Amino acid sequence: MKRLMIATAVGALCAGSAVAQDDPVKIGVILGFTGPLESLAPPIAAGAELAIAEVNEAGSFMNGRNVEGIRGDSTCVDASAATAVAERLVTSDGIVGIVGAMCSGATSAVFTNVARPNGIVQISPSATSPALTTIEDDGLFFRLAPSDTRQGELMAEIIQGRGIDEVAVTYTNNDYGKGLADSFESAFTEAGGTITLSAAHEDNKADYSAEIGALASAGGEALVVAGYVDEGGSGIIRAALDSGAFDMFVLPDGMVAGALEENFGNSIDGSFGQHPSSQNEGAQTLEAMLAEDDVDGTSPYAKEGYDAAAVLLLAMQAADSTDGQAVAAAVMNVANAPGEPIMPGELAKALQILTEGGDIDYVGASDVELVEPGESAGNYREIEIRDGKIETVTFH
Amino acid sequence: MEPLNALVALANFVIVPATAYGAQLALGALGVTLIYGILRFSNFAHGDTMAFGAMVTILLTWWLQAQDVTFGVLPTALLALPAGIAVTALLVLATDRVVYRFYRRQRVAPVILVIVSMGVMFVMNGIVRFVIGVDDQVFADGARFLINARDFRDLTGLDEGLAIRTTQAITLVTAIVVVAALFWFLNRTRTGKSMRAYSDNEDLALLSGIDPERVVAITWIIVAALATIAGVLYGLDKTFKPFTYFQLLLPIFAAAIVGGLGSPVGAIAGGFVIAFSEVTVTYAFKKVLGYLLPDALEPAGLMQLLSTDYKFAVSFAILVIVLLFRPTGLFRGQTS
Repeated sequence: MKRLMIATAVGALCAGSAVAQDDPVKIGVILGFTGPLESLAPPIAAGAELAIAEVNEAGSFMNGRNVEGIRGDSTCVDASAATAVAERLVTSDGIVGIVGAMCSGATSAVFTNVARPNGIVQISPSATSPALTTIEDDGLFFRLAPSDTRQGELMAEIIQGRGIDEVAVTYTNNDYGKGLADSFESAFTEAGGTITLSAAHEDNKADYSAEIGALASAGGEALVVAGYVDEGGSGIIRAALDSGAFDMFVLPDGMVAGALEENFGNSIDGSFGQHPSSQNEGAQTLEAMLAEDDVDGTSPYAKEGYDAAAVLLLAMQAADSTDGQAVAAAVMNVANAPGEPIMPGELAKALQILTEGGDIDYVGASDVELVEPGESAGNYREIEIRDGKIETVTFH
Repeated sequence: MEPLNALVALANFVIVPATAYGAQLALGALGVTLIYGILRFSNFAHGDTMAFGAMVTILLTWWLQAQDVTFGVLPTALLALPAGIAVTALLVLATDRVVYRFYRRQRVAPVILVIVSMGVMFVMNGIVRFVIGVDDQVFADGARFLINARDFRDLTGLDEGLAIRTTQAITLVTAIVVVAALFWFLNRTRTGKSMRAYSDNEDLALLSGIDPERVVAITWIIVAALATIAGVLYGLDKTFKPFTYFQLLLPIFAAAIVGGLGSPVGAIAGGFVIAFSEVTVTYAFKKVLGYLLPDALEPAGLMQLLSTDYKFAVSFAILVIVLLFRPTGLFRGQTS
């Protein structure tokens, strides 16, 4: 009798662990579903969930295990809410990887308070703050968005490449604007350029003539507007044009949008700028795939959302484990050359290659190429306004 | 040429914008000061009354534009303005009937009316956002510039350009016309005189047979007209966004108080004082001084007293200084 009970108990334990093998692998999709960037979150989540669905359909993930994505709301501005939701997903849902968070502040809160202590890999599709480059991460943190430091450097290069070496800078008064303006300033002055004045502007004001007055007085061949096209950035350009203070503008990512063409037409011809974007066919493939689900794939970082989930799952497959350190070690191999290039929609093929012990180079929809310490090298599109239209000059 | 360049730069970045802004503030402050003088409370809903008036005018302007009605080089909004004033007048009269009259009959303390007006402010704020949304609305049309910077440079051969927008010119002209009409009305007509009498001494005015409800109604109509005109001019000159009208409340009250609450002349003077101080204190004088001073003395810094971030602080500072040294305002308004 006693033996029988032991045998049963052992049997049950074995059965239990066998069942655990069949449990779905859970990953958290922690994005700012509410808050100041709430309109960007759903397409990113849809991208990530599309990758998960594709992996499930392939059926060859870690010997046939299923993947389940669990959404969590990291808000954007509330670090404690972001931490709480990540903590809950880890302790009660048992997630083994995180796609997220969206905003830089929430991302670093989730990582330092939850992911790192628990040894979980976190891949952010969209956090751009330069501070995340130097975060202590035990190798567990990755991001598919380039740091704003990179954009600042590139912008300095582009401006000097056009023979301009004296500019004024105005930036929107928040972390994004300040971070970008600072990185640009250091890169530009290091390369021998002069910044006549770097002044903040507040969004949501009706009148920017005072700001422009100061900038015009300082002078410069062009005005760098590190702001938002739907907020103060357009007001600044309008005031500068009206007073004849500047007619050449440098436009970073927050300013490059259709609204620019609508607002100013050909009155800012010759202005130029850059924003993160890539030109490979993977982007179009993914946009078409997302369009089937009525999701706008051109929405910022939707492609990175798909790629983040894909890279995370492929790294698990390559490591054949969900252990954080093992997965983290595989991420760079999966994302970078050498290996078979993998486009969106080819995850089944990628899983197959990895199972057979081959090597892949995940390209995905956003031309994923990770540099140390685990962030995107950044692909940028340089644009110029010609005849009132935003035209592509080249890709960097 | 150098002093001329300095003058043009100063005009382009200080004098022209500050004059237009001052005229808009003066019109707003006139409305506030009339309410204070006659109804005896500070009307916090004034900024949102301006937003409401501007919103009605914008909707009518869009309708007119859709009918292909335009006003030549002038903005179509000027055609829609009278109807906008009428609708706004109906709104404030209805508000008075539903809200303020009740409290007036109770003869409540002014501070209660101030709080009531904040309630009205939030309701109007909600209505405007509900109807037209919170985004920027563009409704200016017609010629944008009287003269633009590039033409001016080509014309005069100076290094500095001077831009005068049509809307800035319209703002100034309209403000002058409106203020002249208002003063004529207050000083020359029987109704205007009865309003001033009511403002000076309510009880005596009642004894001499002035109908208080009529005075109040006429005051509201004038205030609605002033608010709508100020709101539309501000929207034309800058941009229409409901939130910015709420922000305008501070400089408008500063203008009214600096000039002396209850004094129409004071409101106008206050408007220009506030506008010119906001703009000159935050202007970087580097360029102007660069033209005026000999090369050796050319300033290296920006010669800016305060960063533009502190624009609103200027209104506050002036307000505090005036209240400290001349509590009744520059033009001795009412104190109670």
